[in-house]
Amino acid sequence: MKLITAIIKPFKLDEVKTALRSAGVDGMTVSEVRGFGRQGGHTETYRGTEYQIDFVPKVRLEAVVDDDAVDRVVDLITESARSGKIGDGKIWVTNVEAIVRIRTGESGHDAI
Amino acid sequence: MPSHDSGNVAWVLVSAALVLFMTPGLAFFYGGMDRTRNVLNMLMMNFYCVLVIPVLWVVVGYSLSQTPFGNDWIGNFDAFMLTGIGIDDGGMTLATIAYLGMFAAITPALISGAVADRMKFSAWAIFVPVWSLLVYVPVFKWVFGGWLGQRGSLDFAGGTAIHVNAGIAALAAVLVLGKRRGWPQEGHPPHSMPLVMLGTGILWFGWFGFNAGSALGANGQAAQAFMNTFLAAAAAGLAWVFVEWLRDGHPTNLGAASGIVAGLVAITPAAGYVSGAAPIWIGLIAGVVCCYAVRLKLKFKYDDALDVVGVHFVGGLVGSLLIGFFANPEFFGATFRKGIFYGGNVRLLAEQALANGSAMMWSFGVTLAIMIVLKKTIGVRVDAEAETTGLDLALHSETAYHSGGLH
Repeated sequence: MKLITAIIKPFKLDEVKTALRSAGVDGMTVSEVRGFGRQGGHTETYRGTEYQIDFVPKVRLEAVVDDDAVDRVVDLITESARSGKIGDGKIWVTNVEAIVRIRTGESGHDAI
Repeated sequence: MPSHDSGNVAWVLVSAALVLFMTPGLAFFYGGMDRTRNVLNMLMMNFYCVLVIPVLWVVVGYSLSQTPFGNDWIGNFDAFMLTGIGIDDGGMTLATIAYLGMFAAITPALISGAVADRMKFSAWAIFVPVWSLLVYVPVFKWVFGGWLGQRGSLDFAGGTAIHVNAGIAALAAVLVLGKRRGWPQEGHPPHSMPLVMLGTGILWFGWFGFNAGSALGANGQAAQAFMNTFLAAAAAGLAWVFVEWLRDGHPTNLGAASGIVAGLVAITPAAGYVSGAAPIWIGLIAGVVCCYAVRLKLKFKYDDALDVVGVHFVGGLVGSLLIGFFANPEFFGATFRKGIFYGGNVRLLAEQALANGSAMMWSFGVTLAIMIVLKKTIGVRVDAEAETTGLDLALHSETAYHSGGLH
């Protein structure tokens, strides 16, 4: 089992969600986060004074999937979250030691 | 004072309620520009003014600033605790005292925007009533019925007595208080522009009571002041937004809000003395001038956090001096001096300059003294930890947005 974490542009969330759902990913968690990468931040102007905003709003999407689904899911996120402009985000994959569904107590593959 | 018919009393009562509403409006205007961790402190500084000033006004403020009406420098204690104020006149005097009390409440509240984010609330709690008695009351007296008014200077609804007065006091206050930590290197952008816009709307709404109510009657002068208030705010907002758009590339909400307030401030002294296209010119001029004036703090390194000096002091001064050009007594069937554009000489402009200069000197000097005494006794500034934690939690044990994310 792997945890796929993707940091994406907020306006791409709907497309990514739809793509993953249609590919059989049954659950995911999203959070509103702020951060910067190569894109850096942006500037805002108030009363003629520019402010540098370093941390820009992003969405962090997390989903646990079976090992054999990882490549397909990563590809789907890459395609659906891409705008082609700087700041599209990143995806990383980490190992998951164990997983339990709280309601039933099922674990491992059955709990995904 | 106009005749005491029921229409006049009704209009003054409504206007009083409108002006009261401006203080919460100002609180939101400032509060939205503040950061999340200090917004409640800003609201409290403003609401505190409508707690303490009404009481102070009825006990001695009104008496010292208005009785007897013709006295040059300062009033007496004849109306202490509203002694001798009855309702035999149909309620006009009582309504007027309440109405003027609303002005007394919002004037120190204007200063809160300059001292934002770093002033001890205990110091503010003392500053407000002391400043009101030592600065607001005498200046109000001089301008309305006192020596400045008798010389022929004009201030319809408080350009000199309120905006120039509070604006220059704000400058004196921040010179003693010092800069916010991290200013100007670190940005302090507004935490909620929607709150700023809401506050602006409330201010504009309330300002009809402020200006048109100052006719102290339901009459033609009130109607013209109403129209002037409407036009000057729009023109100034328009001017500010277009200057920004051309200069910085974007028309901003804060620019529109700031311009509206600058226009309202500038038309305040002139509202009952100008007509025709004059309010549009006054608004346009104030919008452009104030849009540049808010940058003075960066040049001269005084931390006027939310631009009380750039908007209220400069806007009030611009409007008050422009009376010297635009005053039109013929239109109002009145006997005040003519402005330069209506066949007058420079005398009115000179009186306007003298009135504002006198108010500025008194206000700046006495405010400086009050702040220095507070600094040497109880202290005026929160410690570094409170300033970093935020004044809401440190001073009021409250948090504005529990649902908030990373602020």
